[in-house]
Amino acid sequence: MPKDGGIGASTTRREDVRFLTGKGKYTADINVFGQAAAIFVRSTVANGVIKSIDTSAAESMPGVLAVFTGEDFVDVGGNPAGWLINSRDGEPMKEPKRPVLAHGKVRHVGDAYAAVIAETEQQARDAAEEIIADIEELPAVINMADALAGDNYVHDEIGTNQCFDWGWIEDNRAATDEAIKNAPHVTTLELVNNRLVPNAMEPRASIGTYDAAGDSYLLQTTSQNPHLTRLLISAFVLGIPENKLTVIAPDVGGGFGSKIYHYGEEALVLAASKKVGRPVKWVADRTEAFLSDAHGRDHVTKIELACEKDGTFIAFRSETLANVGAYLSNFSTATPTFLHGTLMAGNYTVPNVYVNVKTVFTNTAPVDAYRGAGRPEATYSLERVIDMAARELGMDPVELRRKNFIKADQFPFASAAGLEYDSGDYDALMDKMEAMIDRKAFEERRNASEAKGMLRGLGINAYVEACGIAPSNLVGVLGSRVGLYDAATVRVNATGNLSVMVGAHSHGQGHETVFPQIVADMLGIDPGSVDIVHGDTSKIPFGMGTYGSRSLAVCGSAMVRATEKIIAKAKKIAAHMLEASADDVDFTDGQFTVKGTDKSVSFGEVALKAYIPHNYPLEDIEPGLEETAFYDPANFTYPSGAYACEVEVDPETGKVTVERFMACDDFGNVMNPMIVSGQVHGGVVQGIGQALLENTTYDENGQLLSASYMDYVMPRADDLPFIAVDHDGGTPCTHNPLGAKGCGEGGAIGSPPTVVNAVIDALQSGGKNVTHIDMPLTPSRVWAAMNNA
Amino acid sequence: MASVTMTVNGKSVSGDVEGRTLMSDFLRNDLRLTGTHIGCDTSQCGACVIHVNGEAVKACTMFAVEADGADVATIEGQANADGSLNVIQQAFQDHHGLQCGFCTPGMVMSAAALLKENPTPTEREVREYLEGNICRCTGYHNIVKAIMAASGQDVSAIAAE
Repeated sequence: MPKDGGIGASTTRREDVRFLTGKGKYTADINVFGQAAAIFVRSTVANGVIKSIDTSAAESMPGVLAVFTGEDFVDVGGNPAGWLINSRDGEPMKEPKRPVLAHGKVRHVGDAYAAVIAETEQQARDAAEEIIADIEELPAVINMADALAGDNYVHDEIGTNQCFDWGWIEDNRAATDEAIKNAPHVTTLELVNNRLVPNAMEPRASIGTYDAAGDSYLLQTTSQNPHLTRLLISAFVLGIPENKLTVIAPDVGGGFGSKIYHYGEEALVLAASKKVGRPVKWVADRTEAFLSDAHGRDHVTKIELACEKDGTFIAFRSETLANVGAYLSNFSTATPTFLHGTLMAGNYTVPNVYVNVKTVFTNTAPVDAYRGAGRPEATYSLERVIDMAARELGMDPVELRRKNFIKADQFPFASAAGLEYDSGDYDALMDKMEAMIDRKAFEERRNASEAKGMLRGLGINAYVEACGIAPSNLVGVLGSRVGLYDAATVRVNATGNLSVMVGAHSHGQGHETVFPQIVADMLGIDPGSVDIVHGDTSKIPFGMGTYGSRSLAVCGSAMVRATEKIIAKAKKIAAHMLEASADDVDFTDGQFTVKGTDKSVSFGEVALKAYIPHNYPLEDIEPGLEETAFYDPANFTYPSGAYACEVEVDPETGKVTVERFMACDDFGNVMNPMIVSGQVHGGVVQGIGQALLENTTYDENGQLLSASYMDYVMPRADDLPFIAVDHDGGTPCTHNPLGAKGCGEGGAIGSPPTVVNAVIDALQSGGKNVTHIDMPLTPSRVWAAMNNA
Repeated sequence: MASVTMTVNGKSVSGDVEGRTLMSDFLRNDLRLTGTHIGCDTSQCGACVIHVNGEAVKACTMFAVEADGADVATIEGQANADGSLNVIQQAFQDHHGLQCGFCTPGMVMSAAALLKENPTPTEREVREYLEGNICRCTGYHNIVKAIMAASGQDVSAIAAE
């Protein structure tokens, strides 16, 4: 049983009160005295040469303070890619400059080429309409295959639309080819992993404030990782010294990856503030978000599964075209490679895996990590082709997976795709899932659906992912240009309460509640006496922020290490107070006690002593009680799951209804089950959205046809059932102190193939020879597939 | 510019607005009531739901001048008189019906309007009523559960499925 409010307790969230009463402080809610407003002018064409930009009329409009164009930023740096990927032939990837504002050319609809600063947002908006840009429209490159085949380049100076051609693991290529050539059975599937827009409900916003008195800057912005944003602005883009730039990410309304990245608007408001001598605020509208936020997914893949006649897997081989859009966003080169190719052995003992990924520049918005980031793409490819193979072989889809699962006693397991999975029990998850969905009674439910004239299908899926990113030494070898540790400072105040400064950023994950549960549990004190400080580079240690399901596994581990240091020092102080040796002092439930005696001091008394060091061994122990730890993980963590979905398909209309969904996950040790369940619900629904509803569509001219909630179909409450979840009894991570694996992305990774497998099962049960439909499985696509079959 | 006067959360307020000023902007910029959020520009997301003369309204779909003389309620006025969370707010906290919190004010205001017209809605009725409120974090599971709990229904069985 968890301690009251400690590790494992479903404590309700303290942050909820401010959000429920309208007292949250998101960036757009902040108003700085004297602030001016920024509006960006964005390209309406996907590809064009900027011949001239006449800003004179705009500059004379009421309230206008300044107008910027790309010309104003030619002397500053570009926004870099954070990960260098080499092609199979050893050539480094192509890295075109990504400027603050487009200069020379615009490269996608929404590419900002000018900005207006005015007294009010409306004045800036009015003036923006008076900017006269002579942009010569050129043919756009939208389709990836066309982009690779033709000589119309998104970036003329690099002379190709291919960013890199990556092989993983290149040394395994020949063996995999040979294994597939000689295999008794090969299942081949070509599929599209549809392009998505992350759509955090809070649009991006930034306020830049230059302080002439200290020649320093403050950026308040919608970020998942304020230190990373500061580093990028300081070291690469504007060159503001890090010690002269504070970045604050206040309350942030969801991220899902899209707020990891530094965007040009952040640099613009800082530069503009210095120029106009006023704070400058920009708030995106939703259309801007669709046009300029980093998108997700967008892979076209051919996947092959080679196996024996009895279903024993011999090899997986995949070829993928991955869209990176018009510019390289910060994580865009890692997502389709090391977050995707390394997972292409799945949960299986398959001996041969080879993955080829070609990344392609197109005249579309940049594409980068979105919840799951590469791992949903890997899981979708594997779990769709396995389902198809089961059908071809006449095997039960659960049994085919079980036959090839890594068994519980095989961990740690070196996968054929180059990772060492530390722990897991995939059969146990599958057992749990089959029981939870009551698989034995499925035929009865199918009969009941058929009696109503509906087709019913059951889809199942297994996934493993790699998160808790990441070991710095390993990712350094793989091309990362940053370390991926995190940091925490635990400050015990003189009166015994605690402030814990963390590098992770909470934008929905509940850190303000969960992190104190952990520290309080370790110290045997009331969680209410522990507060988390996050999101402000002037207060927190240098941590890398929140993404890749890393907050708990990495930053949480740093917090544990720092707390352990606190306990070690406090024990020495207590020993002095108790006139005992530190080795003879036990610490339980907030009390330091001399073993075998009733001599004891409380944690609070020790804290006070640390700050009022009278009668204190100053020669041996420093005053104060504050410790920092940086934690660099030894490995990724490997959450896994078994999911099931039952759908009904209306044969008259092709409409798919999700009737039931079960998610059984192994997240290792769970700190707050209520919050973990919430993470799974949200992730699963984003995956159901991808499978059935969401699609980002550009026309052949590069116009974004799905740039609003009227056109881009977000999952809504009436599209969904309740989601059943179970994450009890996970196998602990073996290499971090909490045994925690990370729960932020599993839902979005495991759910899309589960849904698609269920729809195919339904159609097959209705006698339709449909083996695959590309996502999203809209009524029109399903109906067309049924009626062409 | 036009002068407007209205009651917001029980207090009389007035201001000068342009004809094009949206009610959402008037609340946020003039009254500094920033709990009403703006999540889209097509009246789809529902983060800006307020009550105008007792009816749920998306504040981005009306001009401030249209609210002249109206009785307006926003998220800032929903807590009990002693400052504690009201029944709906408390249910959202108890059942983890929010994560990032951005859609939450609109969800709470919509839920209040729903329960006023339908005190014990079914799951389907809750889901259909929320069609105009988008949440990206929760998958709606715990929002639906919270609203049913706020209506006094036993939701203990929902966790299982």
